[in-house]
Amino acid sequence: MQEKLRIGCGAGFSGDRIEPAMILTEKGNLDYLVLECLAERTIALAQKRKKQDPKAGYDVLLERRILGLLPLLLKNKTRLITNMGAANPLAGAEKIIEIAQKLGLKLKVAVVLGDDVFNRISGTELSLEGNEALLSYGNLVSANAYLGVDSILPALKTDANIILTGRVADPSLFLAPMIYELGWNTSDLDLMGKGTVIGHLLECAGQITGGYFADPVSKPIPDMHILGHPFVDIYTDGTAIISKVSGTGGAISVQTAKEQLLYEVIDPGKYVTPDVIADFSSVKFFEQNKDEIRVVGGSGKGIPKTLKVSVGYEAGFIGEGEISYAGSHAIERAKLAAEIIEKRIGDRFDEFKVDYIGLSSMHGQELSRNYLPYEIRLRIAGKTKDRSLAQLVGEEVEALYTNGPAGGGGARKYTHEVIGVVSILMDRNNINSSIQVLES
Amino acid sequence: MSQKLCEIAHSRAGDKGNTLILSLIPFQESDFNLLVKEVSVEKVKAHFRHQVKGEIIRHVLPELKALQFTCFEALTSGVTTSLALDAHGKSLGYALLEMEIDDSIGL
Repeated sequence: MQEKLRIGCGAGFSGDRIEPAMILTEKGNLDYLVLECLAERTIALAQKRKKQDPKAGYDVLLERRILGLLPLLLKNKTRLITNMGAANPLAGAEKIIEIAQKLGLKLKVAVVLGDDVFNRISGTELSLEGNEALLSYGNLVSANAYLGVDSILPALKTDANIILTGRVADPSLFLAPMIYELGWNTSDLDLMGKGTVIGHLLECAGQITGGYFADPVSKPIPDMHILGHPFVDIYTDGTAIISKVSGTGGAISVQTAKEQLLYEVIDPGKYVTPDVIADFSSVKFFEQNKDEIRVVGGSGKGIPKTLKVSVGYEAGFIGEGEISYAGSHAIERAKLAAEIIEKRIGDRFDEFKVDYIGLSSMHGQELSRNYLPYEIRLRIAGKTKDRSLAQLVGEEVEALYTNGPAGGGGARKYTHEVIGVVSILMDRNNINSSIQVLES
Repeated sequence: MSQKLCEIAHSRAGDKGNTLILSLIPFQESDFNLLVKEVSVEKVKAHFRHQVKGEIIRHVLPELKALQFTCFEALTSGVTTSLALDAHGKSLGYALLEMEIDDSIGL
């Protein structure tokens, strides 16, 4: 049993940078590296890729990340836990083994399976968001349950170097190695709560080291171009010290930690994961040294009987077009352009939206009413079930070059398919996880 | 005297489906009570009346010296399907910081 465990978090979303994870693995003296790469919708998009190609559906950056990290992980005896398996963890693991073989490296990957519950839903279940039957939203494409530490622990008990999962609650990726290495009992709700607090603080990587925080006027952060990602030392009693590799950019302070603790938390007294209903309200931070904070507090209130399941559905297409106006009467010309498009095609869409970027596209008309910008970018967006109709938005905006107001420049057009996500709760007894070990 | 919240506090926006979550944290912990007093649910509701269609719940965290506002039906139809440019509402922490409060009372 260890007395202290060090876990680094080298990615906080699917598109995150690769270099901070490399630095953490090389210089962080880590026991574990966690890469959290799966947002709510990422897995539904991955399911669609898998449908087209049964060998696809894992994280699109998996190959690049593993290629860079693998030699470092093995050299420093750091285990990797990651949800980069996305919709197809088994195919992801096969890809990792293939990379190891190419590099001539000996490797074991433990795959966590069982989050995909698409075959277990009927479509008549009512969504948590709208209390409406799932099928009423559209053609269903995926259903993935948020698994907890109980699905990861069997994988940790193998001697696998890499633990690859699909959908797992983000804090569980961190809590599992704490339980395994520090000898915690999963029925000790206080420790489960504390470990969940720590996992939640780390899971967004750069968001606790100054990312999504920096403001050069009120909250300056140094050297953001080389922003370091965090690691944490966890002790057997559940206290933790969060820090980062020296020489990297960014900052870890009581302020960055407070912002991250509350990030995306609906009720700080009741943060529900598959492992525990955690209470964040007693958490406190102390700055021990520069870029080093101690986390104390956090507790647990119970273990949920149900697991959340994210259900993806086809929600049609969004078409967008943008064009800019600058100088005298810029806003008047942008408004005329919007009026033209709206009269021509506005009523053909399920939803239609006009935004004035530079003025009111982010916070609305009320908060921006006293401002007048020098230049303005018109954005028009329309949602529809029909892909070619969605494309028409951008085409119509582009046609403003020669048919619209004076001085319109920089037109751009975009169309993308929309995958919506709603949730249901499922009895956890109906969800069974398993592991499979692959070897190079 | 009135001042903008951005003078004394910072905020981070988060999202869960169609729910917007905004923290409000004073730069100086001594300003926590002022925030508790001045930034009521009613004021936040009025401030976001065009954005938030549902209820707003305020969580007061005296240990952490922070407030948390949980705003329901706040992101049009939710992150994944919204037509909004900022579908996540990432920028909305700074919308909260635009609120003006009276800081002359009791100080």
